[in-house]
Amino acid sequence: MRMKMEKNTTAENEEKMPLWEVFSQAKSGKPHTHVGSLHAPDGTMALQNARDAYARRGSASLWVVPAEAIIASTPEDSPMFFDPAEDKVYRHPQFYKIPRSVRL
Amino acid sequence: MESQPHIRDISGNTALDEAQRVKRFEERIQAGERIEPKDWMPDVYRRQLTRMISQHAHSEVVGMYPEGNWITRAPTLRRKLGLLAKVQDECGHGLYLYCAAETLGVDRSDLTDELLSGKAKYASIFNYPTLSWADIGVIGWLVDGAAIINQTPLAKCSYGPYARAMVHICKEESFHLKQGYEIVTKLAQGNSAQKEMVQESVNRWWWPVLMMFGPSDSDSSNSEDLMRWKVKLFSNDSLRQRFVNGSVAQAKAVKLTLPDPDLRFNEESGNWDYGTINWDEFWQVVKGHGPCNRERMRMSRKKHNDGRWVREAARAYSARHPEK
Amino acid sequence: MSLNAEIRGQLFNYLLRHADDRLVLGHRLSEWCGHGPMLEEDLALANIALDLIGQASLFYKLAAETEANGRSEDDLAFLRDSAEFRNLQLVEQPNGDFAYTIARQFFFDVYDVLFLEQLSLSTEAEISAIGAKALKEAQYHLRHTQQWMLRLGDGTEESHRRLQDAVDDLWRFTQEMFVPDELDHTLTAEVIAPDLETLRSSWQESVEQTLREATLELPEDSQYMTSGSRGGYHTEHLGYLLAEMQVMQRTHPGAAW
Ligand SMILES: [Fe+2]
Ligand SMILES: [Fe+2]
Repeated sequence: MRMKMEKNTTAENEEKMPLWEVFSQAKSGKPHTHVGSLHAPDGTMALQNARDAYARRGSASLWVVPAEAIIASTPEDSPMFFDPAEDKVYRHPQFYKIPRSVRL
Repeated sequence: MESQPHIRDISGNTALDEAQRVKRFEERIQAGERIEPKDWMPDVYRRQLTRMISQHAHSEVVGMYPEGNWITRAPTLRRKLGLLAKVQDECGHGLYLYCAAETLGVDRSDLTDELLSGKAKYASIFNYPTLSWADIGVIGWLVDGAAIINQTPLAKCSYGPYARAMVHICKEESFHLKQGYEIVTKLAQGNSAQKEMVQESVNRWWWPVLMMFGPSDSDSSNSEDLMRWKVKLFSNDSLRQRFVNGSVAQAKAVKLTLPDPDLRFNEESGNWDYGTINWDEFWQVVKGHGPCNRERMRMSRKKHNDGRWVREAARAYSARHPEK
Repeated sequence: MSLNAEIRGQLFNYLLRHADDRLVLGHRLSEWCGHGPMLEEDLALANIALDLIGQASLFYKLAAETEANGRSEDDLAFLRDSAEFRNLQLVEQPNGDFAYTIARQFFFDVYDVLFLEQLSLSTEAEISAIGAKALKEAQYHLRHTQQWMLRLGDGTEESHRRLQDAVDDLWRFTQEMFVPDELDHTLTAEVIAPDLETLRSSWQESVEQTLREATLELPEDSQYMTSGSRGGYHTEHLGYLLAEMQVMQRTHPGAAW
């Protein structure tokens, strides 16, 4: 699969560096949002790398999370996870009628 | 790029056959939905995207060398800061893009592997040398300018992680363009040596920059699928034309001449017609026979090899000192 | 600044030496751009370089204002010769391998945090402002280089050997950081500048602690120790660095960029 090459020329045989997902809070009070990922040997370095890679133009706070620690819903989960929420009208205030003259 | 995606997809699910899945996939794209890493996608789509994104990432990283060549000789403190920050951004772009590619199930080290072995390509423009300070201005103006025209549409492409990386990148690119054009302006308004320096630089870069948009549409393979899947949104020639139209006015504003005797305004189309691109040169450079292909590859390999013991040390330390 | 002419002259020279430290070290780090062991580290080293060159600009600008002789910060950076540069010999040392760069940076960062903590207390408002701004940056630099000291020192056999070699080699440049000269004494007396001698023991303690944690040995002091940097005495490396850095300004006198 790989081309023949000089010894020690490539990443071959090198152990992979763990992948980390980075979340940045743009401003204090705002939520942390996913901004990207990076490779680092451990959390301490991941956090420093996140600062240099994703906060060069500002950030209020950073999180790094091992990518493999994220447990996500899958597309085949979607119908049973999310569709049932769509017709639960009684969860929304518009569902309830009160006299117009009253302010709540 | 044969490696298995580390994210599960639903290809094991036999409820839908291939044709139905492709149909649903294409409907989603037509409806303007974004495809996300765990969504089902045709193998060709995955492969094309991996190739595109990783080539793009390699280009950003190799692109550090020609400009990096002048960081230590930048003529003022302000220029030194601007250039270093710019080249640093390109490194960041490489990183964002490798990460986007990794969501397709490859590892950065495998992609690096392909670059270093010569299997993967990167933008041919970076195989030209930076010979004067003016090249730094002209690269920012023309090369980053061309890149912006190429990349802005990609922020709306169908693959979510690539589109998001491009939004991030395009924001940073506008600083690069301005930085470059400001340098060009200064030189064009400078003494005779500076004027000569910048004109000579424009003369050298203009044609290779036009080649950045890739082969003419008539010679461009597999464009059709890419367009339908919204991985590519405009044809090479239309983007190239947009670039030429913009550059003419920008060159004129600073009294620089674009080195093309055939350049003239076409009343009918409203475009600037330009001369014939030397595609032989383009293919030569793509195949590894440009002025700096060897240097760029040598530096990339050296970077990788010199860093190996550092990466090993970092891993060994972390293994010995677990954080939890 | 409402200082008498003599102190102003001294202050000019004082600002220059600290500007020179930062420019030369920032320049060295900028040479790493594109050549680091990982993309992530390219970004980190470039950030440190940008901080240092930014600090140099501030010091040069204030120096130019203090001199009030029509010279700009760029004139000060690009039109002085090696003998006029007053940076520490430590910071002009070539990058070597990554371990060498980290050790050089670590020695400087430990000093710099201590120095800037004091400088930010200067009675001269402009100086204390630069000190306070630079201190935040230096604290991050130190955190970063300290992590690498641990990882390389206590990483693999190879990284340990490389870093120990670097520490041993660079040790001779470290002690003159804490030897005040006439200029330091004068400005310390005016409560403008830190008393360098008081920084020494904290530096030693901090460095020893990190070296110990990184399983490295503390070099002995008995070897040749450099001196004279602040008087314009340098190693052979600075001349080449400046020749490269100043080439455009020297080739095109008076041109604007
Ligand atoms: Fe870029
Ligand atoms: Fe750029």
